[in-house]
Amino acid sequence: MTAQTEGVPKGLWIKCDACREILYHREVSANLDVCPRCGYHFRIGAARRLDLLFDNQRYKKFFGRIQSADPLNFVDSSPYRDRLKTYNRKYSGSDGVVVAQGEIEKQGAVVAAMEFGFMGGSMGSAVGEKITRAIERCLDRKLPLIVVSASGGARMQEGILSLMQMAKIAAGLARMRDRRIAYISVLTDPTTGGVTASYAMLGDVNIAEPGALIGFAGPRVIEQTIRQKLPEGFQRSEFLLEHGMLDLVVPRQELKATVARCLKFFR
Amino acid sequence: MASPTLPFLEPIENLRAQIRELEHASAGSKPSAALVKTRRVLASTIDSVFSSLTPYQRCQVARHPDRPYTLDYVKALFSEFTELHGDRRFADDPAVIAGFAVFDGDPVAVVGHQKGRDTTAKLYRNFGMPRPEGYRKALRVMELAGRYRRPVISFIDTPGAYPGIDAEERGQAEAIAFNLMEMARLPVPIIVVVTGEGGSGGALGLGVGDRILMLEHAVYSVISPEGCAAILWKDQARAEDAARALRLTAKDLKELGVTDEILPEPGGGAHMDPQAMAKTVEAAVRRNLKQLRRVRPDTLVVRRYKKYREMGMVTVR
Repeated sequence: MTAQTEGVPKGLWIKCDACREILYHREVSANLDVCPRCGYHFRIGAARRLDLLFDNQRYKKFFGRIQSADPLNFVDSSPYRDRLKTYNRKYSGSDGVVVAQGEIEKQGAVVAAMEFGFMGGSMGSAVGEKITRAIERCLDRKLPLIVVSASGGARMQEGILSLMQMAKIAAGLARMRDRRIAYISVLTDPTTGGVTASYAMLGDVNIAEPGALIGFAGPRVIEQTIRQKLPEGFQRSEFLLEHGMLDLVVPRQELKATVARCLKFFR
Repeated sequence: MASPTLPFLEPIENLRAQIRELEHASAGSKPSAALVKTRRVLASTIDSVFSSLTPYQRCQVARHPDRPYTLDYVKALFSEFTELHGDRRFADDPAVIAGFAVFDGDPVAVVGHQKGRDTTAKLYRNFGMPRPEGYRKALRVMELAGRYRRPVISFIDTPGAYPGIDAEERGQAEAIAFNLMEMARLPVPIIVVVTGEGGSGGALGLGVGDRILMLEHAVYSVISPEGCAAILWKDQARAEDAARALRLTAKDLKELGVTDEILPEPGGGAHMDPQAMAKTVEAAVRRNLKQLRRVRPDTLVVRRYKKYREMGMVTVR
């Protein structure tokens, strides 16, 4: 899990993480949080993501009241319960993911956008439950599902129950396949661990944003295991595309139109 | 038995060595008084050590180098094991075994992680850490089981899926993810037995089923205690604390609704009496299989969905 924050930091001027260019904040924001010089994609939060995908930025949110409990009474340097409180206050209860329904180029769809800022977008019981409910909503109403992943993986503080969310969501996606309800997976920076090894890789179509870190094991774990430096570009979107794991790598400006074209095929 | 002894198991190992010597000395004749006494001491030592095992010690028992591995159970439980190889895509992965076998006279499919016993075998089996090919091979055999209506018995014992460059290149995440989805809808009974280490996604990739049985000292966790300690405590040496916090023992998993049944181990752990352990596993598989065989395929899949649907704990504000 990385500690980097998502989105363009507040302030008039910002520095691009990739090209180090000093940029005018509003210019970057108007460019969908993509660096106008080098094309680097800043991480964005769930609300911004939903605004970018849905027509007229209009959508109805669901399941916002579902929050992780603390099933293990987990305490490391501070109690998980306290961490949850802090994050819930900051993200008004959007534990790991925000689910919403609206239209994408006039086609109805449910989108589950992960909130990387909420404990690294980690997947615990709340994420599992909300995505499962999103799946069940899609099954009930014959609506396509789009999950936008941004996550370091399963949430350690909920132990084995986090791991089981992978199986739970995958079981839901199996039902979608059987019933011919489309599922599009959008992978953004970063998508790793148990999220990649479950729903993020199971799209009927897998689309990634450019330069996103995508993988099962984290780069540090791999380096420690094999005791050598990883090649340049390893586990980035383009690398996965080259290895046949993704259908498309699409810049943020074209994401909505691309998703809409896919939805048309599945309709 | 040349394996290095874990400090907390040392008293037990020493007594066992003494007993072996005494048995040798009194071979053919009546057990000596010393032998009888030492056996009694061994039993009470095992009791005292194992009644107060910490969760991390339990992890170490689960990883014990003499612990029975998947092929040991295969040999004990089944006849006519026909091992099948390869994923038909890239390679054969020796960290996973898969094949046909006969249980109580009926054909079944068997899959599982496989660890190696000596150094050569350990390397060959990649310490039981599968690459994508392993998951794909297992799925290939499970799909055959689905098509020919044969139940699947899956044995879980892995530190985790292999974190290497080649594994990533060939889609480790996709391989596991795809297994989760396909196992969820396989129209035949799946019995999962966690025999040793349930290492996160690498374990789950073969671990979706109708019944999850767990050996008494097996562990199953979202992350290894060492990994968790390194991330959350910034100190790998805090593995003892992490193991406690993660609640990864069979008893914990039963309470959390992830495991259906705990299979008691022989005194001192499965490696003390592999045959007795295999008998226990065999009886549990038989009992569960008998129940599951009565369930119609579509009902089986619906129930499996509901089983996983219920896992987790949330609050609605």
